[in-house]
Amino acid sequence: MNKFQRILSLLLLMVVSAAVHAQTTVNAENADVMRSNGKIYVVVAVVLTVLLGLFFYVFNLDRKISKLEKK
Amino acid sequence: MIRQSWWKLLSFVLLVYTCTYGFFVPVPSPPGVPLKETIRNLFFHVPMWIAMMVCFAVSVVYAIKYLRKQDEVNNIYSTEFARTGTFLGILGLITGMIWANYQWGKPWSGDAKQNGTAIALLIYFAYFVLKGSLQDEEKQARIGAVYNIFAFFMLFPTLWILPRLTESLHPGGMGSEGNPGLNPKDTTTSMRTVMYPAFIGWTLLSVWITTLRVRVQIIHQKQFANE
Repeated sequence: MNKFQRILSLLLLMVVSAAVHAQTTVNAENADVMRSNGKIYVVVAVVLTVLLGLFFYVFNLDRKISKLEKK
Repeated sequence: MIRQSWWKLLSFVLLVYTCTYGFFVPVPSPPGVPLKETIRNLFFHVPMWIAMMVCFAVSVVYAIKYLRKQDEVNNIYSTEFARTGTFLGILGLITGMIWANYQWGKPWSGDAKQNGTAIALLIYFAYFVLKGSLQDEEKQARIGAVYNIFAFFMLFPTLWILPRLTESLHPGGMGSEGNPGLNPKDTTTSMRTVMYPAFIGWTLLSVWITTLRVRVQIIHQKQFANE
């Protein structure tokens, strides 16, 4: 589990840095992370959702196959 | 719990990085190059081909291993890596057609690289047709492995040699810089910080998916042996 925690904390740090990056580009009109920068963050959110879903799916498959292997 | 491997986590981290920073990294837009923002496809379209080549290379290694030792597990590895590779090739072809539609005006321009990859994929389709048409399992594995070696070496002319010899819309054709995958003039150092993680991440994900298929096939094999 230790490895997972390490990776999770790394991810958290990456997300934090992205938020900092976003704050520098916010202007008065679009004072909102998602609407700044030509709304590219919306695309990122969509792609990330797809990617997370895909990994969740593969992860689950792996778990199920591991269970089958133990039988 | 899943079979823990550091590279599964690495693939996840690299792909999350690719799919976030890949959209923010500044890209060059030199005059005369109409690529503009679509150059970001370098992080999504090109890795499909890289992963495909890796899968096919692993597949041919296991095919040779099978021919040497006749171990059924090697045959399973070889087949499943070829399967994932073909799938990635189809994805690469489709994503390339989408990109080409907006970059070159039409999805299929008969470009040397497009035709070459289409031929390479057809050769791999024939691999599965050949395997499927044989009833005897040992014959299927052996003839499949021999054909796999042929199919892999057909990648050399179709993907790496012929596109370089003719004028091509892709980079790396006759009279243009770079290799058939990318043009060094269009890629900056900051783009490379996403490109290489993207290559590694997508490749590892495809390896992960392949190992899942391999493990299912091995379970099938064991069940079949027990019956």
